[in-house]
This record gives sequence, C-alpha cells and structure tokens, in this order.
Amino acid sequence: MAWFKRKEKGIQTATENKKDVPKGLWYKSPTGKIIDADELAKNFYVSPEDDYHVRIGSNEYFSILFDEGKYKELDKNLTSKDPLGFEDTKKYVDRLKDAEAKTGLKDAVRTAVGKSFGKDLVIAAMDFKFIGGSMGSVVGEKIARAADYSLKNNVPLVIISKSGGARMMEAALSLMQLAKTSAKLAQLAEAKIPYISLCTDPTTGGTTASFAMLGDINISEPGALIGFAGPRVVRDTTGQELPEDFQTAEFLKEHGFLDFITHRKELKKNINLYIDLILNQAIRN
Amino acid sequence: MEYLEFEQPIKELEEQLQKCSLIGEESDVDVTNTCKQIEKKLKETKKEIYKNLTPWQRVQLSRHPNRPYTLDYIKALCGDTFLELHGDRNVKDDKAMIGGLGKIGDQSFMLIGQQKGYNTKTRQYRNFGMANPEGYRKALRLMKSAEKFGIPVVCFIDTPGAYPGLEAEERGQGEAIARNILEMTRLKVPITVVIIGEGASGGALGIGVGDKVLMLENTWYSVISPESCSSILWRSWEFKEQAAEALKLTAKDMKKQKIIDEIVKEPLGGAHSDREATFSTIKEEILKAYNEFKNLSPKDLVEKRMDKYSNMGVFKG
Repeated sequence: MAWFKRKEKGIQTATENKKDVPKGLWYKSPTGKIIDADELAKNFYVSPEDDYHVRIGSNEYFSILFDEGKYKELDKNLTSKDPLGFEDTKKYVDRLKDAEAKTGLKDAVRTAVGKSFGKDLVIAAMDFKFIGGSMGSVVGEKIARAADYSLKNNVPLVIISKSGGARMMEAALSLMQLAKTSAKLAQLAEAKIPYISLCTDPTTGGTTASFAMLGDINISEPGALIGFAGPRVVRDTTGQELPEDFQTAEFLKEHGFLDFITHRKELKKNINLYIDLILNQAIRN
Repeated sequence: MEYLEFEQPIKELEEQLQKCSLIGEESDVDVTNTCKQIEKKLKETKKEIYKNLTPWQRVQLSRHPNRPYTLDYIKALCGDTFLELHGDRNVKDDKAMIGGLGKIGDQSFMLIGQQKGYNTKTRQYRNFGMANPEGYRKALRLMKSAEKFGIPVVCFIDTPGAYPGLEAEERGQGEAIARNILEMTRLKVPITVVIIGEGASGGALGIGVGDKVLMLENTWYSVISPESCSSILWRSWEFKEQAAEALKLTAKDMKKQKIIDEIVKEPLGGAHSDREATFSTIKEEILKAYNEFKNLSPKDLVEKRMDKYSNMGVFKG
C-alpha cells in the first residue's frame, strides 16, 4: 500500500496556508464532544451529549431568563477608576482598557430589569471574561444599586455569581465591597423581598464570602466550581488529597450549602417557581 | 527580645548600652557619660528607623513574635472580670477565635478576636490565628447574644486569613464569613473593631464590620497578603515588597481611603516595646468609641453603619 505512505515526514503546510475553521463555529466540551455553535445556543449552552454546562456571560443569561430576551440595563456606564495607582507587571488602567477592548464590557457585572414569565425581575449577572469576574468598586456599586432598585420597586433579585474573587488591584476597597453588598442584602431581607443567589462556574473567594452564599435560596448549575479558597491553595496548605468532587455544586449541596442544582434549561422555570411559592402567588409559566 | 532585620542597629546599640553599664558596675571607671551618649544615640536611631518604615517593614512588625495578641489586650483591659465563652453550638470550639464577656471600667463588653500562639506548641494549638467556619460562627453566636442583652461588641483582628482547609470548605468557610458580615452590618449594638496585627482579607472582615474601625500604626489590612499577591500577580514570591507598596495596606493608606476611622499610635519601637502604654491607649480608644455611639438608637446606629459601608468604593459615572 505504498500510495498511502507520506512522501515527506511531518506537516509541510506553511502556517499562513493553514485552513482554519472560523472561530465560534464549533464548540468542544471537556469530554471531547463537539457541537455546532448554533445548536449549542439553542440548547441553553449545554452540550447535548454530555450535559456539560458551558461557561456563559451576562448576555446569554439575560437572553435565557428574560421574556423574549428583552430587558433594560441599569447603570451601564459605571466604570472602574484606579484609586491606588496600582501596578504589578502591568498597570491596572491598562488592564482595564485591554479587558474592555477584548470583551466589549465595561466591568465584570451587568445589571438589568425585565419581565420573566410576565413579572418584573432584577438580575445582576457577572462576566468572568472581564478580569476573571473579579469584584471591585464597580461590581459592588452596581450590585448595591440593583438591590436598591429591587427595594424601591419591590421586585425580586437574582444575582448570578461567576467570579474568581475580589479584585486585587483595588485592594482593601474591593474587600469592602463584601460589606457593602451584604449591607444591601440585609436591607432587602428586612423588606422581605426574595433574593436568589445562582452560583455558576466558578464562584470563589470574595463572592462566596458575601452575596453568593446569602440568598434566601442558593442554587447552582451541574458541575460548577464553588468554594472560598481555591483547590490549589487548599492542597498546598494542608497537603491533603482532595476528593474528586471537591468544591463542585454537588459537593456543596451534599454539605448543605445549596438548596438545589438545576439544569440550565429548567433555570427560568425553577427561579420563578420559587418566587411564586415563597410569595404565595399563582404559579406562572 | 527578638529583632527584625531592619532593627539590627537598635540591637547593636542596646547591647553596647548593656556592656557599658556592666563595666560601670564591675569596675571603678566612670561610664555615666559614655552610657548617656549611647542612650542618646539609641533614641535617635530608633526615631530615625521608625519614622521611615516601608510598608513591608510594617508588615514585618505586625507579625513580630513579641507583639501582644488578642488575649493579652483582653486580660490587660478587663483583668479578672474576663469570662471566656466557648463553642459554636454546632461542631466544636475553634481555638483560633476566642471570645467572652468582660468589664472595661464599669461597662460590660463582648470581646472577640483571632488568637495567635507565642511558641511552636501554642501556635499550632491556635492554628496560627486562622479560624475555621466554627470560629466565625462562634463569633456570631456571641455577637447575637450581646445584642440580645444590649452589650457592646469589641473585635480584635489579627489573622493571616481564614483557614483554607478541606474541612473548612466542607463546613462552608465562605458562608460563615458572609453570614457574619451581613449580620454585623445590622447588629443593634455598637461595634468597635481594632486591628492589632494582621488583617488579611475575608478572614479579617468576618469579624471586621464596625461603627468605629481602629488600626494600630504598625499593622496591615488588605484583600490579600503581600506574599500571595506577589505569587498571583508577579508569579513569584520575590515581589512581596512591591506588592506591599502596591496594595496600600498601611494604617495611613487605609485612613486616606476612608476604610478605617482612626490610626492608633504605637510606642516608639512598636506595640511590643511598651505593652502597658499600648494597652492603655487601646483602652482609652475603645471607651471613646463606645461613648460616641452608646446614645444612638439601634435604628440610627444601624443606618449610620450601613451608610458608611455603602459609601465605600471609587468609580466613574
């Protein structure tokens, strides 16, 4: 079968002659399942063969949870300052500029109000691709203002966490956002307005130590990573072998920190079902 | 006494002074003048060194092995009126977080804080001041009990962070800290917080929300330790000095950012060089803070506290 044999060894095609599949046409899940991008969007960004919940951002969650994907964005022009003149290997101001150029986002959270099953709902959804979904002053302020909107208009609040933690480049100011957001949630609790915390992959650090764990219900999606200290830090500090499911949504539910885990296609239904039940109103769908 | 690297000139002069007075005692040579000169130089050197401390040197001072810890303050402030209370009523008694009732003057306080050890054995016993979720839950239990009886709360912060362990994660370290922060924003009694050593991130803030937040001069408070910040942003442990600068974590920086309310001056040479003076300053400051807030109605008190935290943050638009 000599005609099957490669004449020259290795790949000879020059880089510029490589035929690329345009980016975003296909998606490959961690188990290797491949799916067409349009199909994936139709399937709530869940890989149909292995049920892998792809990491998505505010845009996708808004389109899943608001009726016909229609909503009014709140405080969309809030942007970060660099109060400390922070510089590591890169200037914080440059990081912000790059992140904005790369993602088209202003910061790591977007807040919006819209109808979900016909009734108003306020949603704050974090974007991991903006500096790891880190929480600085803007994230804190936008979440606080979203909660204010809920308070003023008596509308339930959903926060969709997706964050590596507090934003180091704002140091203690970012730490104080834990207190700021928690104070607002305390006011929401006093006013008996339901607050649903959806922890998505990943929810770690400062978000876990504040709003992500403070919902009237805390819920998640299958397989999401949720924890305070990251798994590497825990392994390095304790030298212990960690269980395979360590800090997964399933692990947290088993240890009593999540009310339930929902498949993304049931997300809208389950959030609204909870709201209707806790407020003792007719069930919508 | 143990000396840090930048304190070496002080160590040398103190040794000279000791030798000098020894010579005076053991021989007929009059050393009064020489000793006086060394003393003068010692004072000047101390002043010079402590006037120009870098952020990293303050971090080192905050971890000085001779520095007073939470129980030292409490015992000095309350004497034998201190009654330690244990346990979170769920899992266990966390030795890294202590708390109890005590009198300062005529007033009862609920005193809570992270506790470090003073030698290898007690350091391990206290888990290096790194509390587990049950520590935060014990703290909250004590605060709620204080609220029930209208007793003001004082929290002493001194922690390298909440413990990042397997069991800590299983028992909800994040949830425990989050719950504390939320409940502290609405606790109906005055809360005074004193940062006496290290104030690392969520582990510190978990007992750190207060009407008055005081920070001793040679302590640090930030979202992450300079070492961890260096390892994450610079991908090496070598940049801790730069990280300490960049994080703006000193008392002065924190006051400027309006995250803390007051800086408490330490004696020359740090809190450990004159413990009694440190204790009496802290006592005064705690009583002053309490007097400022004791006559506010619970509603006004909570509103004021929530407003204070709502205003933290810097942004455009």
